[in-house]
Amino acid sequence: MERILEQIPRFFSGPNMILLLESAGLTLAMTLMGCLIGFGLAFVLVYLRQTPGLWALPLRLVCILYVEVFRRIPFIVVVYLVLFFIQTVTPNASLFTIAVIAICLYAVAYTADIIRGGLESVPQAQVEAAQAMNLSRLQTNLRIVLPQAWPVIVPPAIAFAVSFIKDTALVSQVGVFELTFRGKELNNQGYSGILVFGTIALCYFLMSFPLSMLGQYLEKRLATPRGQRRSRKIWFT
Amino acid sequence: MPHLAVNDVRAKYGSLEVLKGINFSIEKGEIAALVGPSGSGKSTVLRALMGLTPITGGEVDIAGETMNYSSAKEVRAARDRMAVVFQQYNLFQNMTVMQNLTLAPLKIKKWDKSEVMTEARRLLGLVGLSDKADAYSDQLSGGQQQRVALARALALKPQILLLDEVTSALDPELVNEVLDAIRKLADEGMTMVIVSHEMAFVREVADKVVFMDAGQIIEAGTPAELFDTPKTDRARDFFSKILRH
Repeated sequence: MERILEQIPRFFSGPNMILLLESAGLTLAMTLMGCLIGFGLAFVLVYLRQTPGLWALPLRLVCILYVEVFRRIPFIVVVYLVLFFIQTVTPNASLFTIAVIAICLYAVAYTADIIRGGLESVPQAQVEAAQAMNLSRLQTNLRIVLPQAWPVIVPPAIAFAVSFIKDTALVSQVGVFELTFRGKELNNQGYSGILVFGTIALCYFLMSFPLSMLGQYLEKRLATPRGQRRSRKIWFT
Repeated sequence: MPHLAVNDVRAKYGSLEVLKGINFSIEKGEIAALVGPSGSGKSTVLRALMGLTPITGGEVDIAGETMNYSSAKEVRAARDRMAVVFQQYNLFQNMTVMQNLTLAPLKIKKWDKSEVMTEARRLLGLVGLSDKADAYSDQLSGGQQQRVALARALALKPQILLLDEVTSALDPELVNEVLDAIRKLADEGMTMVIVSHEMAFVREVADKVVFMDAGQIIEAGTPAELFDTPKTDRARDFFSKILRH
């Protein structure tokens, strides 16, 4: 205990804090970029997966296979696969890029099912009303289905991203200078493990908590019937 | 040349044949009413006409053009000429009344915006909902939603309007406000095919009654012919049961 107290002033020194802040930023950037790109691609995947007609059967199978396979692989294995694959193709790709790609691949598989569930929660009658007016499949999805599916999609999608902030600790295994990696480094420099990882834990909490709050806020807001909202011109209408 | 002629239209759900060769026709400005027990295929006829249930045989003449719904293009062409009002209204929940009315005219038909807006306001007036243009459907009663759905269908300027049990989901006291709106359309000479259980209303507005059972037309004729002097036992049995009260 005394050792910890004695280390505190040295540990919370400028250079260490900058290191931690940098790696926290890296963790956050990696997660957000990976999840946002993955979320966007997941929409494309779901749209392709819903392509009707016999000719699109192989396409649908590929989409289903992708989701089912990636959901059954541990994230760390995806990270290693991406690492070795990318390094074979372009040897000087940065570790950050590799981490983002791995997160992205994983996020696509998970959020695709969240999105599909959301789209399927909109009654078929809404789709038929749009079809009867000659709206195309894309128009029906963008104008009718998706706006109504947001309340179902957004909360679990944010929950996924929040939990993923923690899971990115795994990419420290391949040497990305994210938060957990820095923790190990500082620990190796002789700082108390309790002190170091306590601080790291706090950092993770400070990154996830606001996002969780945002998720809860959106969940409440989206669940309010439209007519009761004060402002109607919100971005997803 | 009839305005709408349904010729030997057939449809299947899996291996079950739900329409076994439907034939009927109406002239411009006429109203045909499809009646019959639940599951007889009345609503399926309307769904088939809108291309929502694929037809497996037969063809449809709409305003002189023959269509067999065999390609996406033909289905689009058929949908372009008709509009449908559903039993459950099916208003777009994420849009205001006005947006519901103007979406397809602006984005699909690509009509002039100011004309579309003027027409939408006129139609809301016609169904008595001028003050609800900015409301969302969850702020409206069932009867109001159904009148909006009616206005939305009319905004497409259909050559034929299809009404699928439009009063069945409504509270009894809200039925009349919707029927009144349909009466107005009948007076304006709108060609309509309606599926309805409101026999008094059918007798009042329909030019032709088509009695269906088990995916077939059993008997067709004027309301007086079917209601008062049905020729088939099946029709006599059905009408004696439902016209008694």
